[in-house]
Amino acid sequence: MMEWVNVIIQGVLIGGLYAMFAAGLALIFGVMRLVNIAHGDLIVVAAYLALIVTGAVGVNPLAAILIVAPVMAAIGYVLQRALLNWTLGDDLLPPLLVTFGLSVIIQNGLLELFTADSRRLAAGAIEVASFPVAEGIWIGVLPFIQLVAAIAVIGGLQVLFYSRPLGRAFRATADDPSVAQLMGLDNRHVFALAMAVSLAVIAVAGVLIAIRTNFDPAIGPARLIFGFEAVIIGGLGSLWGTLAGGIILGVSQAIGAHIDPGWQQLAGHLAFLAILAVRPQGLFPRIQG
Amino acid sequence: MSGMTAPFKVEHATRSSRIGSAALAITVIVLAVLPAFAGRDDLRLCSEIFVYIALASLWNLLAGYAGLVSVGQQAYVGLGGYILFACAILAGIHPLAAVALAGLVSAAVAVPVAGLMFRLRGHYFAIGTWVIAEVFRLMAAQVSALGGGSGISLPAQIVITMAPSRQLREFEMYWLALALAVAVCGAIVLLLRSRYGLALTAIRDNELAARSNGVDVRRLKLAIYIATAFATGIIGALIFLQKLRISPDTAFSVNDWTAYVIFITVIGGIGRVEGPIIGTLVFFLLRQSLADLGSLYLLMLGAVAIAIMLLAPKGIWGVLAGRFGWQLLPLARRLRFSADGRTNPSA
Amino acid sequence: MPEALLEVRSLDAHYGDFQALFSVSLAAAAGDVVAVIGANGAGKSTLLNSIAGLIRSRPDAILFRGEPIGELPAHAVVARGIALVPEGRRLFPSLTLEENLLIGGQLARPGPWNLARVYELFPALAERRHLPSARLSGGQQQMGAIGRALMSNPSLLLCDELSLGLAPIVVRDLYARLPQIVAEGVSLIIVEQDVVQALNAAKEVYCLQEGRVALAGRSASLSHAAISAAYFGA
Repeated sequence: MMEWVNVIIQGVLIGGLYAMFAAGLALIFGVMRLVNIAHGDLIVVAAYLALIVTGAVGVNPLAAILIVAPVMAAIGYVLQRALLNWTLGDDLLPPLLVTFGLSVIIQNGLLELFTADSRRLAAGAIEVASFPVAEGIWIGVLPFIQLVAAIAVIGGLQVLFYSRPLGRAFRATADDPSVAQLMGLDNRHVFALAMAVSLAVIAVAGVLIAIRTNFDPAIGPARLIFGFEAVIIGGLGSLWGTLAGGIILGVSQAIGAHIDPGWQQLAGHLAFLAILAVRPQGLFPRIQG
Repeated sequence: MSGMTAPFKVEHATRSSRIGSAALAITVIVLAVLPAFAGRDDLRLCSEIFVYIALASLWNLLAGYAGLVSVGQQAYVGLGGYILFACAILAGIHPLAAVALAGLVSAAVAVPVAGLMFRLRGHYFAIGTWVIAEVFRLMAAQVSALGGGSGISLPAQIVITMAPSRQLREFEMYWLALALAVAVCGAIVLLLRSRYGLALTAIRDNELAARSNGVDVRRLKLAIYIATAFATGIIGALIFLQKLRISPDTAFSVNDWTAYVIFITVIGGIGRVEGPIIGTLVFFLLRQSLADLGSLYLLMLGAVAIAIMLLAPKGIWGVLAGRFGWQLLPLARRLRFSADGRTNPSA
Repeated sequence: MPEALLEVRSLDAHYGDFQALFSVSLAAAAGDVVAVIGANGAGKSTLLNSIAGLIRSRPDAILFRGEPIGELPAHAVVARGIALVPEGRRLFPSLTLEENLLIGGQLARPGPWNLARVYELFPALAERRHLPSARLSGGQQQMGAIGRALMSNPSLLLCDELSLGLAPIVVRDLYARLPQIVAEGVSLIIVEQDVVQALNAAKEVYCLQEGRVALAGRSASLSHAAISAAYFGA
């Protein structure tokens, strides 16, 4: 019994990470109806950036977030304005194919630069530290930080979207890009800011994942899929729903892994498909369809 | 009121398509007798080209005509391959019969998959198809009877049942691949010439308008999805019959069965039947010249695909057809009115 | 003769292959209220959209305070001081009424219009400021759309079909407030299907017919017959 409680707790904690993958993805889709197939690969880029930063400056990886996040945000702004803005429109194919091409380019670029070797960010004692919560139940410090970070990030996004002028601009541009221009909003700039925010979120997730597991250039697509599954499970249009979706996915994977390590990812996929079959709008949808 | 016969006829051929069709027919005949002259390596290369022409044509049908952009067709390539191996090794069925079964099983599986996937829209549909492929891959890795995660080879005694000598087997695989490519392309051309093809073109141009004109969009998309799964399953079975070995990673490889296919179709021209053929030829030309570059090669492909998507979204054939009005295949639609000059059917 | 605030010179507009405006010319002076009338499809909205920058034109086809703005994008035109109240209101559904007003003031141009002033002009809005904009009635949404446009402190306000889908009493109420807006120094160009309202509200009238100016003049001096002929085509 106790081991099942631990399993579920592990699932909840990693769910936070998945929720962050999902939040970045959902933000972009909400604001400009773009699904960035390279999303997962950009998470890996953040991980490698953190690797470079910690190697060059010698800081603790968690502190590296302070450098990696702004850099990724800048990359996102430029990426959107220089490339992705040109793909937006009624046709579904250009953004999908361009971001698919981008995914291939990033994976192979990273492969050329860093080889296929597995890497990991060393964060010191924190990697294995844990603290007891109740009789026989221990929570790892790092996973706990991940969940707290996820809640902070999603909470921050929530505040941004619903209380700040920039968030208002995002929502207005998502509702009606033409009329948004009548408010003095330059769509190209708004979309680029949205991508910058998305990549800043990815940066946090990327650094955390780099500390937690081994990473290499090829792990991007799986992260994209987890983020996507969390979005669909949680429901379109709801940020807190994305957190719930991430947690449900994490718990499903944890339960699967506990039954048989080879079942981890599969369990998550099956949970996703089950929700898709039974409640396709997700658990906490804000918008219909 | 007009008489019993329709006062107009739909013509499909154009001058360039007559030339194109003749050229294609000659090419197919030449290819059919190629084994008499060409060496083993060249035949294998040609087989690969035929396979990719078929895969790209099918992806083009799905994405360019039916508007179903799938990033997960590798699901059926791998499924087809695994059904072949399962039938041959576990059930003792003759490999060629197993190829047909692979197609049927893929079509059957496509039904519930479509039921789930059609709940997703646009980009999310695309990623959903990728999830399905991942599910198939992970499940295949769990089947220890077929080698689990490391895969399995086709036993020699089964290989022999296909043809008595190795050379004959090579010829057999070559002709099967050629026949497959011709059949797939031929079927697509026939489909596009029919009224379902007209409906598909309408869906491609404007789905809402098509629906309001009475096209049953959902059923047509479902039919196309299932038919494509059927053909892709057969292709997958043939691919792995040729390779004689299967593993989850090769069977469900995103790079081999989706990335390359997408790049081929984008470069050649989406939404045109000739596109995948041109794209495959360009792709293999590039590959022959640049293969040593490894991951740089894929990187360049990605960059080329992006450039084409942004600068020449209709692809190579789209540009040529747009400028010169060329048609390789008889797919035009022109109305020829009856000799008595009546143009209005209800006059 | 006061200098023209806005001058439209031989403006053409196309939607793809279709030409919607043919050499349209118009002038509005500071403090003017100008009405543009015409049947459906005459090109009235196209004209306003061109002035507002949603449709690009030749640079010198549209002059604002003497400066060519024809090829400026919409977000730059607003910054110059021209605001559009779009046809059909088009408040942002994800935003509350107050958020709609706030985003109208995103540009923070100097001027008398702010939340307080807008609520003063339209008291009904103050009571509903935190409602999602979709929950307001048609008339309230129209007030909201006008208020949102005013928040950018424009010198020129373009109103596209204020009366669309609204009850006559609501329309009269709306039009009754326009003089207060003009009094604060905002000039108006009103596109209207309701000819009577338009003639009452405006000093100058232009009548469009199939993309061309069929009639122009002071509303007081135009005869009923002349307007009918211009509206429907001779």
